[in-house]
Amino acid sequence: MPQKLPTAGERFLNGILPENPVYRQLLGMCPTLAVTGAMAPAMTMVGATAFVLICASIIVSLIRPLLKPHLRILVFTLTIATFVTIADRFLAAYMWNMSKTLGPYVPLIIVNCLIICRCEVCGSKQGVVTAISDAVGQSLGFCVALASIASVREILGSGTWFGLQVLSVHSEENPGGWFEPWSVMVLAPGAFLTLGLLLGLVNWYADRRKTAAAQAN
Amino acid sequence: MDTLVDVLLLALSAVLINNLVLKYFVGICPFLGVSRRVDMAFGMGMAVTFVITIAATLSWAFTEFVLRPGAPISTAVWQAVNPDSTAIVDLSMLKYIVYIFVIAGSVQLVEMYVRKFFPPLYKSFGVFLPLITTNCAILFACLMIGSAKHIGVDATEPWGLGYALVYAIGGGLGFTVAISIMAGIREELDLCDVPKCLKGVGIALIVAGILSLAFMGFTGVDKGLGKLLR
Repeated sequence: MPQKLPTAGERFLNGILPENPVYRQLLGMCPTLAVTGAMAPAMTMVGATAFVLICASIIVSLIRPLLKPHLRILVFTLTIATFVTIADRFLAAYMWNMSKTLGPYVPLIIVNCLIICRCEVCGSKQGVVTAISDAVGQSLGFCVALASIASVREILGSGTWFGLQVLSVHSEENPGGWFEPWSVMVLAPGAFLTLGLLLGLVNWYADRRKTAAAQAN
Repeated sequence: MDTLVDVLLLALSAVLINNLVLKYFVGICPFLGVSRRVDMAFGMGMAVTFVITIAATLSWAFTEFVLRPGAPISTAVWQAVNPDSTAIVDLSMLKYIVYIFVIAGSVQLVEMYVRKFFPPLYKSFGVFLPLITTNCAILFACLMIGSAKHIGVDATEPWGLGYALVYAIGGGLGFTVAISIMAGIREELDLCDVPKCLKGVGIALIVAGILSLAFMGFTGVDKGLGKLLR
């Protein structure tokens, strides 16, 4: 073996912050930008993605001795597509309004590079336990990333958080309100700007930590 | 005349108003990954347009003849097996799996064709060509064409092949326009003094945000133009 692969515990912890799927690996950008206009759809998306990621990792890890190199990606995609169909049917059956809000972004989980990448990096090389802990860790990291972006966008864009009033929004019923919602935040440009700035913040913090560690040595 | 106006408006809406990248956030990976040089970006855009057209045609055909409720081929097969049954066959649950198969197949086809006839282009694409399979823009366009509800255009029933093709080509061209503009800006950005933490993807996303703000200016152009022309 050329290099030692990380253990289950390392995989789990790495997924949350050091190898955060969105901020550090830049994976799964489409849902990150598209569904973070408010907290509720973002968290539903995280749930669906986590379900697909965990199930697909288990299956890929179980069949890894049978995988042929040139058919690998096709097998991954078909496994993922099956679980996405299940998640989509479930959302349509029990959360009809949410399923309509998310629209085509639920089937687009199939081509979320996060899932294919984790299947390739971890699922197809390591055992089931490691694959599950990696999938759970990455899902938590995805959750942290989407929650941070959706919080910024929902609070600044509509003055609410999970639909609860946070800032006193100025309107006809509430003339004393001081906050004018930045409607651009819930529209497409707000998504790009928020993610760009948060990414800069994370990089800045990581850089500072690295310099501090270098100085301490 | 009305059909011509419809087609024109649909194309305009797909290219500029409902731009795949800047309004629906699909195809972000190549948009950020392959937008460092204009010629590469343009080539990528053309490859995506080509694949999107093939995949959209094939997935439209599958939806129309096999997957939709009461589609001719699946009904014929069902009745050959159960001659007494009058049930309506609905295979639309399988559409995600079929679409992704169709897309993977068309990408493979394009890859073989480009490798045989344009070896230099094949070399310059490198790893990006197979990655078109996981480009969400293509699956998004197939889903839009396959579903009864269409964004930006009022349609109560599924589109015919003509409209589907116009939407697919328009979407691909919109992607090309967006990624080429982005690459042009990023070539200039190399000469600018960007804060260290924003270098690379951070500043690219902020530029994309401003670009998307500019493209929002097209909102409503199709309605006004439609009123004028009809």
